[in-house]
Amino acid sequence: MTFQNDPPVVSRLTQSLTASCLALGIIFAILIAAKTSSGAMQFHAFIIIAAFLAGIIAIFNLGGRINDDNAKASPSGVYYNNTIVKYGVIASAFWGIAGFLVGDILAWQLAFPVLNFDLPWTNFGRLRPLHTSAVIFAFGGNVLIATSFYVVQRTCKARLAGEIAPWFIFWGYQLFIVLAATGYLLGVTQSKEYAEPEWYVDLWLTIVWVTYLFVFLGTLWRRREPHIYVANWFYLAFIVTVAMLHLVNNATVPISFVEPKSYTIFAGVQDALTQWWYAHNAVGFFLTAGFLAIMYYFVPKRAERPIYSYRLSIVHFWSLIFLYIWAGPHHLHYTALPDWAQTLGMTFSVMLWMPSWGGMINGLMTLSGAWDKLRTDPVLKMLVVSVAFYGMSTFEGPLMSIKAVNGLSHYTDWTVGHVHSGALGWVAYVSFGALYCLTPWLWDRKGLYSLKLVNMHFWISTVGILLYICAMWVSGIMQGLMWRAYTELGFLEYSFVETVAAMQPYYIIRAVGGLLFIAGSLVMIYNLWRTILGHSANEATPENIDNAIAAQALGE
Amino acid sequence: MSEDKKEIDEVSGVDTTGHEWDGIKELNNPMPRWWVYTFIVCVIWGFAYQFYYPSWPLINDFYHGAGGETQREKVHAELAVIAQERNQYAQRMATMDIAAIRNDSSLSIYAREGGEAAFGDNCAPCHGTGAAGFVGYPNLNDDEWIWGGSLDEIQTTINYGIRGVHEDTRLNDMPAFLRDELLERQEIDDLTTYVEGLTDSSIRSTSATQELFIDNCSTCHGEDGKGIREFGAPDLTDAISLYVTDRDSIVDIISYSRGGVMPSWNGRLDEATIKSLAIYVHTLGGGE
Repeated sequence: MTFQNDPPVVSRLTQSLTASCLALGIIFAILIAAKTSSGAMQFHAFIIIAAFLAGIIAIFNLGGRINDDNAKASPSGVYYNNTIVKYGVIASAFWGIAGFLVGDILAWQLAFPVLNFDLPWTNFGRLRPLHTSAVIFAFGGNVLIATSFYVVQRTCKARLAGEIAPWFIFWGYQLFIVLAATGYLLGVTQSKEYAEPEWYVDLWLTIVWVTYLFVFLGTLWRRREPHIYVANWFYLAFIVTVAMLHLVNNATVPISFVEPKSYTIFAGVQDALTQWWYAHNAVGFFLTAGFLAIMYYFVPKRAERPIYSYRLSIVHFWSLIFLYIWAGPHHLHYTALPDWAQTLGMTFSVMLWMPSWGGMINGLMTLSGAWDKLRTDPVLKMLVVSVAFYGMSTFEGPLMSIKAVNGLSHYTDWTVGHVHSGALGWVAYVSFGALYCLTPWLWDRKGLYSLKLVNMHFWISTVGILLYICAMWVSGIMQGLMWRAYTELGFLEYSFVETVAAMQPYYIIRAVGGLLFIAGSLVMIYNLWRTILGHSANEATPENIDNAIAAQALGE
Repeated sequence: MSEDKKEIDEVSGVDTTGHEWDGIKELNNPMPRWWVYTFIVCVIWGFAYQFYYPSWPLINDFYHGAGGETQREKVHAELAVIAQERNQYAQRMATMDIAAIRNDSSLSIYAREGGEAAFGDNCAPCHGTGAAGFVGYPNLNDDEWIWGGSLDEIQTTINYGIRGVHEDTRLNDMPAFLRDELLERQEIDDLTTYVEGLTDSSIRSTSATQELFIDNCSTCHGEDGKGIREFGAPDLTDAISLYVTDRDSIVDIISYSRGGVMPSWNGRLDEATIKSLAIYVHTLGGGE
C-alpha cells in the first residue's frame, strides 16, 4: 500500500512568526550586551545576535525553494525530510572528533600535569566539562537527534512535522553547544556535573528541547502505521525525561538578568541528590534509552532479521523506565545523604540489572539466523560489539552500586573506566554503526566507500577501548586498595601523593588507548567522506565477488 | 489488520506479531526464562534489603528497617575501636615530653609510624614523600638545619611554622638589597663573588668586599658565613642550599630576597601527631 502525501510547503505565517521571535531575541541580546559587566556574557550575546540574524535570513530562504531531497517523494510516496538528517550526520562526526580529542588531551594532562600550560582556558578544570559536554551532548545529542529524525519518519511513514521547526532544533542545538563550550573556556559554569551551562544557556536549551518534543510527537501523530515502533518509545522516553531532568536540576535564581551567575534553589544534600538524580538519569535516558532506540532500528535493519521478542521489548522498556529513575542516590553512598535514600538507590540499581539486559538480549538474539553476516559486514560487527559492551557496563553498574563494592570503587578510576566502557564501547560504537548505515542511505550510494576501512576502524578503536578500560580497572582497584591499606598500628599505609604516583603508568596507557580510539574515528571520517563523494574502493568483498561471478555468468 | 499479517519466520520457525515498520518485523518469542527468574530474584532481594535496612521515606520520618542498623552508627563504632586502641598511646604522648617519648620503646615505634603516615598526607606535597625536598623546600634527610635539628626545635618548627599565621611562628626577613635600595648593583655583584668564594676557594675577593659582607650580611649569617640558627640564617659555606646557587640566582637572592612559608600546624594537627612528626623527621638521618 502506498500513500501520496502533498509535497512540503512552508507557510508564510510561520516564517514571519518565527522570524519575529528571533528578532525579539536579538533585541534582548543587544540589551544584555550593553548592560552586562561580564565579558563572557557579552561575547555570548554577540554570538546569539549573529546566529539569530543568520536564522532570520535562513527562514525566508527556506520558503523559496525546498531542497531537492525534500521535493522528491520516496518510493512509498512520502516526502521524507532527509536533508536535516544529513546535517545531523555531519554535525555528529564533527563534534565526535572534537570531543574525543579534548578527552585525550585531558588524559595526557593527568599523566603529565605540565600540559595544563598554566593558562586558565587550557586548565584541566575548564577542559573537563568541555570534553564531557562535547561527547555526551554535542556528539551523542546530534546522533540522537539525527537518528530519531530518520527513524521516526521511516517507522511512521510520515514526513517530519514542521518545516522550520526541525531546522530550529538542529541549529538551535548547535548554538547551545557553542554557548556552553565557549562558556566553559571563559570560566562560566554553575559547577553541576554534566549540567555546567549557566541559566541563560539552560533557558535556550529548554526552548529548543520543547520544540524537539513537539516535532517528535507531531510526527508520531501523523503516522501511517497502526502501531508505534519500539525505537520510538525509547526516543520519546528519552526526550520527555531529559526535559524533566533539565528543568528540575537547573532550577536556579540568576543574580541579575544581565549577569551569567546564578544560584541553585536547592541547598546542601538536597542539591547533591537532585544533581545525581539528574546525572544518573542523563546516563539512563540520554545514553541508555536514546541509544537503545538506535539499536532497535539499526540492528534489525542491518541484520535484516526481525526483532527477537516483542514481549521482552515491552517488559524491559517499562521496567527500565520505571526503575532507572530511582537509582541516582547510588552516586552518594557513604555521604551526608540519609541511609534510607542510599538503600533505595542501591536496591533499585540491582533490580535494574535485568531490565537493562533485556535490551542486550533483544539486540543480540535478533542476530539469530544471521550470525554469519558478522564475517562479511564490519558495520554489523560494530553494532553487535556495542551491544556486548552495553551488556558489560550495565552489569558493572549495578555491581558498583552495591555499597560494599562502592566503598572500594567510589572516587577511583574504576568509575572512570566503567563510564568509558559504556561511552566508548556502547554509545560511540552504536553511533558509529548508525552513521555507517545512514551515510550511504541518505546520500543514495550503493554502499560505503570501503568496508575494509570499517574493519580497520573497528580493530584500532577496540584495542584503544580495551587499553583504556583495563588500565582504569587496574589503576582504580589499586587506588582503592591503597587508600584503605592500614598498618598494624592502624595508620594509613600510603599517603595520597603515593597513590597518585602509582597511577601514572596507567594514565599513560589510558591516554594511548584514547589516541587509538581517535585514530579509528578519523578512519571513519575519511570513509564517510569518500562515501558522500560517491567513491568506491572496489574491494573484493565476498558480496562483490558473488556479484562479479553472477555478472560473469550472465555475460556468458 | 495487523492480525492478518502474522506469519512464520522461516529461519527460526517462530511466528511474528504481524507488525511491520520499514521492513522491520517482530518475532513472538517468549521472554527468556532465566531473564524473568533473575529479574524476580533481584526484585525479591531488593525488597528484602529494604525491609532490613532504613529505606522508605515517611511524612516526618523514614522507615528505620528491621535490622535497626545505620551506616553512621557503624562508622562511629569502628572509629571508637580505633580511638580506644590509639588512646593508650596518644593520651600518654600528649602529656609526655618529646624526648621521653623517643626513649620509650613502644611509644617511639608508634610515633615513628604515625609520623610517617602524617608526613605523607601533610608534609609530602612540599618536602616530597622521601623528605628529600625540592628547590625552596628543604631536604630533611641531611645534617643541614636552618632553624635547628633537635627534637625540640623540629617540634617548634612544625607547631608554629615559618612565616606562618601563628603568633609564635618562626620569622625572619632577609632584606631585598637592590629593591630596597640598600646596595648598588656593583656591590651586589661583588658580594655574589664573595659568597661564591665561601664554597669555592679558587674564587677570591678583595678585602673591601669582605668588609661589605661583614657590614651587610654578618649580623645574621655570621662573620664566617656559617649562619646563625636563632635567626634562621643558613650556612653559606657548605654545599647544601635551599635554592639554586648559580651566579645569577645568587644575584637574584641578594637583590630581591627570599621568604618561603611553612604553615603552622598547631591547631590543625593534634599534639600527639605533631610530636610523632617531629620524632619521625628527627629519625630521617639528620636529627641532632
